[in-house]
Amino acid sequence: MQEPISFFTGFNPNDLWFLGEAALKTLWISILSITVGSVLGCIFGWILHESRFAGGIILAPILDVFRSVPLIIQLVLFYNFAPIVGLDLNPFLSGVVILTFYTASLVSNVARGGIESVDMSMRRASRSLGLTYWQDLFHVVLPIGGRTVFPAWIGVVLGVMKDSALVSVLGYVELLKASQILITRTQEPLLILSIAGVFYFALSYPISLYASRFEKRWAK
Amino acid sequence: MFDYSFHWRPVVKSLPELIQAGLVTLEIASLAMLLGVVIGLCLALMRMNMKGPLKWFAVTWIEIARNTPALFQLFFFGFGLGAFGINLSPFTIILTGLSFNCAGYLAENFRGGFQAIPVMQINSARCLGMNSWQAYTRIVIPQVLRIVYYPITNQMVWAVLMSSLGMLIGFRELSGETQFFASKTFRVFEYFAAAAVIYYVIVKIVLGASRLLAMRLFRY
Repeated sequence: MQEPISFFTGFNPNDLWFLGEAALKTLWISILSITVGSVLGCIFGWILHESRFAGGIILAPILDVFRSVPLIIQLVLFYNFAPIVGLDLNPFLSGVVILTFYTASLVSNVARGGIESVDMSMRRASRSLGLTYWQDLFHVVLPIGGRTVFPAWIGVVLGVMKDSALVSVLGYVELLKASQILITRTQEPLLILSIAGVFYFALSYPISLYASRFEKRWAK
Repeated sequence: MFDYSFHWRPVVKSLPELIQAGLVTLEIASLAMLLGVVIGLCLALMRMNMKGPLKWFAVTWIEIARNTPALFQLFFFGFGLGAFGINLSPFTIILTGLSFNCAGYLAENFRGGFQAIPVMQINSARCLGMNSWQAYTRIVIPQVLRIVYYPITNQMVWAVLMSSLGMLIGFRELSGETQFFASKTFRVFEYFAAAAVIYYVIVKIVLGASRLLAMRLFRY
């Protein structure tokens, strides 16, 4: 009599490492796309504010598309479009590209709000004190407007971090995909999903807590 | 560079099905929003006015909904509850998942709205002989709804976009239908491009309808 073959093995501590590593991957893809996307978004926001033609007619509708089409569709579309034009991208890179543009489209609105929240009279005053346009932008508008929209930016950051879970559709093994792999092997969905949830919570909650503290401090 | 030949014919042929699926998307988003608004209102009130377990229940719900990815929540309702022997249909999974998520986000919006109403108004309503139910339903909630109208509209757009996650749990709304056709004909790019356009149109319709409704509601 042969021993019955077991297809499923239980959850062991090594799997916790696997999940932790996957959480780091989630963190890495989010940090990368949020950093690049935020810089890009600030530039876009500045263009939206400054130029009626380049901003209002060309850029705004394009950015609007990124906000009005589900991220998952964007990812699949780009992943299948890249080979058509001869780009050879792995899931990670296409995920980063789309997440970057997605972040940029969200941040551009935030950045524009920040620039417009600074009083025009203050900017005129700084210009008449002899600051150049760029000095005015970096030393007056950035600190003041930046503080106003900081909570909104944190909101975008948290959103993108959570949305990075969708890159799993392309086959990139981040936290959610890793938990799915483990579920398939161990057949213990509740336990593993709870652990994955704790990891997500641990990534996201401190930031949102910090943001609400920051907001309270500034409301005073 | 460009030796890919596009085949749009199968897409055009299945366009009626796709539009039908788009209606399903709209339907599920509206249902989830309806549930989300009601539950979110209750959660916000519980978080602000209650003490003890009810408050902690609301806080836990809100923080989990806001700090974990929507896809994770869907998986939880799909696979996690399956561990208890509760097997929901894809429709129920996506409806509960979306409502859970929307309720969490809306609760925070509502809380902001409630905090914008001076406490004095409730006191004066009570002085005029209204009981607390009347004071809330006739004085506070109409004002709160006006404040949170635009956040609710935003959330509705998010609900439409998030319903695309149905694709991953096997529900045949717009994305699921698109994937079904894409894997039937291997025309992934074309189908997903069509889906992107339909999503864009749906979002624009939602925004337009909300603007019309706002004109009708907030005439005064």
